[in-house]
Amino acid sequence: MSLVRATVRRDLLLAARNPGEWANPLMFFLMVAALFPMAVDPNPEFLSKIAGGVIWVAALLATLLSLDSLYRADVEDGSLEQWLASGESLYAMSLGKALVHWCISGLPLTLMSPLLGVMLHLPEHAYFALFISLAVGTPVLSLLGAVGAALTASLRSGGLLLTLLILPLYVPVLIFAASAVYHAGIGMAYNGQVAMLGAMLALALALTPFAAGAALKLNLSR
Amino acid sequence: MTPQQGAQQTLLSASELYCERDDRVLFEGLSLSISDGELIQLAGPNGAGKTTLLRLLAGLNRDFNGQLLWHNAPMTTVYSEYAHHRLYMGHLSAVKKSLTALENLRWLTAQDKASEEELWDALEQVALAGYEHTPCLQLSAGQQRRVALARLKVSKAPLWILDEPFTALDKDGVSWLERELQSHVSNGGAVIITSHHALEGIPGLRRIELGGVA
Repeated sequence: MSLVRATVRRDLLLAARNPGEWANPLMFFLMVAALFPMAVDPNPEFLSKIAGGVIWVAALLATLLSLDSLYRADVEDGSLEQWLASGESLYAMSLGKALVHWCISGLPLTLMSPLLGVMLHLPEHAYFALFISLAVGTPVLSLLGAVGAALTASLRSGGLLLTLLILPLYVPVLIFAASAVYHAGIGMAYNGQVAMLGAMLALALALTPFAAGAALKLNLSR
Repeated sequence: MTPQQGAQQTLLSASELYCERDDRVLFEGLSLSISDGELIQLAGPNGAGKTTLLRLLAGLNRDFNGQLLWHNAPMTTVYSEYAHHRLYMGHLSAVKKSLTALENLRWLTAQDKASEEELWDALEQVALAGYEHTPCLQLSAGQQRRVALARLKVSKAPLWILDEPFTALDKDGVSWLERELQSHVSNGGAVIITSHHALEGIPGLRRIELGGVA
């Protein structure tokens, strides 16, 4: 466990030293959402209808953007080799990595979302739904994405492949999350959708670290 | 563990190792064993399979035929115990450029439960006193290698597996590392090393030539 804790600490420290790595996807998130009113229709009535979906698509793309570098540096500088050599559980290790990734991508996205809500005229009673759907949904994105990042870690240009691998897996999250925000906006119950997102999170927490760990092993058994 | 002649304990033994890469046989029928107080130097031309053999002995690569025993138990079944008793250093040093020397060493030795004092002491031993809070980005290649090597001072593992540890070191660094190897071996430790460097005068030194297989 000591190495897992040390790795979480080191990764947070690395993020603090290189703010560009997590700040750029956040700027991207902001800009994608800002482009929609300009390109489609600035009419508040129309925007309030699509706000939830636009914010969620932007969040999903921003997460993808930040995933590419999750394991690559560790493969290139030999850190991953040291993990495997340490004999510590790869499950705990990949869970820790995904957790750190969420802290520097999903969490700030969630905290920033009300701002985008204002920009896109999100109906007032949908704010909480947006917030809760992002809080429950973005960890799923990080966990699933970590599997793709682990699979493509040793490829030189794995970015596009990662997108192709992971985007289909993100679709269920997107459907339920956007639907929760939309239904909240028109005054209907949305706890069913949030419960589904919660179920996905539980499943992802339990299973994806296994897959990511196995994928990481593959990277090195050359 | 004191290195008494005749009362040596076999740490790691390998028998009938066979390994091929890209349809090329790297080694076959290779057997070796290492006991405490011994140093094995793997030698051979580039591409002879030194690193492959080292990774295989370290348990990082399971793609081979043959048997590996750690204290007479199959290594795969006691891997986590084995991992805590051997230190593996590849030619990638796992040093993060934007972290300081001390922060890097703290991560590298996370499993050794070392105190801050020991870490500072280890950095001083590798002639990095005064660089503790310098980002490794600003250190030279040799100094970065020293950061990675500082963990040898902290680790309590009896078996060291080192891949080309002399790379990028200057004269002082080389003689420091030679002294470290010597004192580790004479204190009952064991070392398996790949190096083109001539290691002379270390008791218990054995050389294994790879690349003899046509």
